[in-house]
Amino acid sequence: MRRVHVQGVGRLPPAVRNVPSYATGPAWDEPQWSVAGPDGPELLTPAALDEAEMVQAVTAAALADAGLSRDDVGFICSGSNDYHQGRPFSFVMALDGVGCWPPKRESHVEMDGAFALYEAWVRLQHGDVDVALVYAYGRSSLGPTDEVLSLQLDPYFLAPLGPPPIALAGLQAQALVDAGLATEADFAAVVARAWRAAADDLYTSVSAELVEDRMLLHPAVASPLRAHDQASFADGAAAVVLVAEGAGPAIEGIAHCIDPMDFGTRDLTTSRSARLAHAAAGGGIPEVAELHLRFSPEALILRDALGLEEALVDPTGGTLPSDVPMVSGLTRVIAATEHVRGGAGRALAHCTAGPCLQQNLVTLLVAP
Amino acid sequence: MDQPALTSRFTLAYAYKRSLGPVIGAFMTGLRDRRILGARTADGRVIVPARAYDPASGEPTGDLVEVGPSGVIETVSHVAQPSPTDPVQVPFAWALIRLDGADTSFLHVVEGSAEALHRGLRVTARWRAERDGSLRDIEAFVP
Repeated sequence: MRRVHVQGVGRLPPAVRNVPSYATGPAWDEPQWSVAGPDGPELLTPAALDEAEMVQAVTAAALADAGLSRDDVGFICSGSNDYHQGRPFSFVMALDGVGCWPPKRESHVEMDGAFALYEAWVRLQHGDVDVALVYAYGRSSLGPTDEVLSLQLDPYFLAPLGPPPIALAGLQAQALVDAGLATEADFAAVVARAWRAAADDLYTSVSAELVEDRMLLHPAVASPLRAHDQASFADGAAAVVLVAEGAGPAIEGIAHCIDPMDFGTRDLTTSRSARLAHAAAGGGIPEVAELHLRFSPEALILRDALGLEEALVDPTGGTLPSDVPMVSGLTRVIAATEHVRGGAGRALAHCTAGPCLQQNLVTLLVAP
Repeated sequence: MDQPALTSRFTLAYAYKRSLGPVIGAFMTGLRDRRILGARTADGRVIVPARAYDPASGEPTGDLVEVGPSGVIETVSHVAQPSPTDPVQVPFAWALIRLDGADTSFLHVVEGSAEALHRGLRVTARWRAERDGSLRDIEAFVP
């Protein structure tokens, strides 16, 4: 097995589309993104950027961070989703952002960029390519993201009913409550902690002081979940440069497992696929973990399934304050990389896809 | 000279039909005939909705078995304020329902207020008058 290193990272601060009504903290400033212009860097607000410009900004930043150029890259892999962009083959347009000449071996996954990173890691194991560039972008602001996610459900048994993501997460949350494993106050505590931590994180760009007692006074949207239990959707992009036998935090293990898609056939209070993916990636207890959460109860399920009782979880605030579809998983890898660069011995990055934590990808990073 | 723009209506649609296969197809045909079908797995359990393969083992399933149309609410999530995209426009709940004769739970909606619906409550399917072989042939479950 070739040892693969995360040698360079680049990302844009996610642009949260709507500051949630329950946010009571300081006024939110729309982030400005620095992108290359004809006369040098320009500062633009996210709404002014198209996909190729977002990709250009983050891939250039990741290559510069790695000390490499496009000429060094042997394989490019990206993650995005046509459902979110609202047009077919949308990733082809974004390729403008990485340049088309000379041509490179290239691939794309209709998934989060963390899965593109997994493909790139496998590709580097072939031995003929040493450097891979991975990127992902997502613009939830282009449409009603909840409805878009409903359309991606099982076309026969789920999509005809159109359950929004919070309805399915509500059933999972209620299963936890029924089993005596969690309370609504536990969910509120996860949310309040995430937003408090996000206030100190450069890349979250939005923060709020939530008062836990008052949070429970809000009405449920899909009981027992309230609006604040769902992650706030945002726009953004991220890129990573992987180098076989390179420098920087090394990938100790990476693995992906899936639960059955009929969730009436599985125990919603736990995540067997997360447990199996963690074990397959190498297992053990990380010092720090960055989780891809789309609903607060998932924090409690993953803490148990990934064995995180002793770990520092989501010190950046994680994805509840700003979840960029198709990008959040890759930014978990970047956050974990920065923890290892900052001195952590071992960091876990998690990515999920599908309803109720159906799919789980676990990446373990260690100091070189 | 101002010319009116040429316009044409276009409906995006698949220009083909596809078969749902012998198991999911039978399930949907069953709904049209007011019957809910499960599939029996190699170890004797009945999974609903019917699937060609047992998700636990990956083995092919066997006979189709009629279940329901009544059952018991296993997990429930109440919606006080239906959105326009929800299947019903009165207070309702998303529910996992353990249909009579089934060993797994089935997702659908149950009409009723948060006070009226709870875990363990018996509910039964209310069928749509005009049915076309889809999950919406069941309008909702009701107590």
